[in-house]
Amino acid sequence: MAEIMESNKPEKGGKRKPKKFSTNIDMTPMVDLMCLLITFFMLTTAFSKPKVMEIVLPEKKQDSSESPAIDKKRALTIILGENDAVYYYEGIAKPDSLPTLIKTDYSKDGIRKYLLKRNKPLYVKIDEFKKKVNKGELVLPKDSITSEIRKLKDADKVGPIVLIKATDKIKYKNFVDIIDEMAITNIARYAVVDLNPLELKMLESAPK
Amino acid sequence: MAKIKLHRKIPHIDMTPMVDLFSLLLTFFMLTTSFRPQEPSAVDTPSSISEKQEPDKQLMCILIDKKGKCYFNMDNGPDSSTKYREKIVIKMTDQYKIKLSPKQIDKFAKLSFFGIPVQFLPQWIDAKDQAARDEIQNQLKKANKDGIPIDSTDNQLAWWVFFARQIDKDIQVEIKADSETDYKTVKKILDILQDKNVNKFNLTTNLEKVEVKIE
Repeated sequence: MAEIMESNKPEKGGKRKPKKFSTNIDMTPMVDLMCLLITFFMLTTAFSKPKVMEIVLPEKKQDSSESPAIDKKRALTIILGENDAVYYYEGIAKPDSLPTLIKTDYSKDGIRKYLLKRNKPLYVKIDEFKKKVNKGELVLPKDSITSEIRKLKDADKVGPIVLIKATDKIKYKNFVDIIDEMAITNIARYAVVDLNPLELKMLESAPK
Repeated sequence: MAKIKLHRKIPHIDMTPMVDLFSLLLTFFMLTTSFRPQEPSAVDTPSSISEKQEPDKQLMCILIDKKGKCYFNMDNGPDSSTKYREKIVIKMTDQYKIKLSPKQIDKFAKLSFFGIPVQFLPQWIDAKDQAARDEIQNQLKKANKDGIPIDSTDNQLAWWVFFARQIDKDIQVEIKADSETDYKTVKKILDILQDKNVNKFNLTTNLEKVEVKIE
């Protein structure tokens, strides 16, 4: 609605002056509307996009049921148990000498501490590389940063090969947590596999 | 004595700069906005350190709620002319011998997540608003038929994934599950996907800070 302000009325008898209208437009309703629209867009907009964690699982093979040979010294099995429990043992379980399971948890002093200890050489290498990039000593495009890290991981010959085995009763959170631990501690090689009967037996006698 | 004429004036504020500013802000928000698709069930995702962003387009999202019910969503492809959603739903309904009118297909393309057996799809599309769709969902819930069936007898999720990948060759898979969902259900869905030769997954997570100390 335009607000029209009339100028002084023409004097009697005088010449008829053309009426002067001011051109002021009342902007209040427009401002109101814009306020509403802005509020709407501000509330519906999603600025930060959800983050995703990428995992690649090995292809399922029908023909070979054999698992690839793993260096006994490097093998590390992590078993995810009920109620946020994590068990691990080193090496490969054999029927005649069952290794004992060590119980730990998902906290930073739990499995992470142990994984870092095992994977220290590689972790330090990758960490130094990342620090260089962050400080600006190394200027690389993002793609080559990831490929450099991949190269470092591939070249690693001492770090653990982690086998993650989940029992049936765990929550999805536990699974994501353990994969996340792998990312935090820069583990080069890990795989998600099924429990074998020996490990089920070991779990029965595991510390509660 | 002449009367002193009092000029009655309404105090007038010039709103033009304010309008200018507002229109700028409005334009900014209108251009940067990307609407969140409405999620059928509140999902509290677990956290990780990953900083990778969710892909924009060519994404199929499998949402798994606390009870292990499964919802599915895919987008229309890189631009509006690709119409992947329409093509996928045509393939899917052909597979299950369900007839959808062109109007229904068109409407389906504009909708988002769905978590119902494909047999109920026409009814779900025809519902006049979200409330009516929720009503259908609730009725199915009572009969314990909600969510996309993932049993081996009638594995509709596998078909959806199969057709989505057939139509859109570069489609990526996003899995959005609640942190309290049983891993067994998630594993089952991962297995279904792996049977369809999907080996790369994006798991939606919240960003979290890490503390690492080396001794």
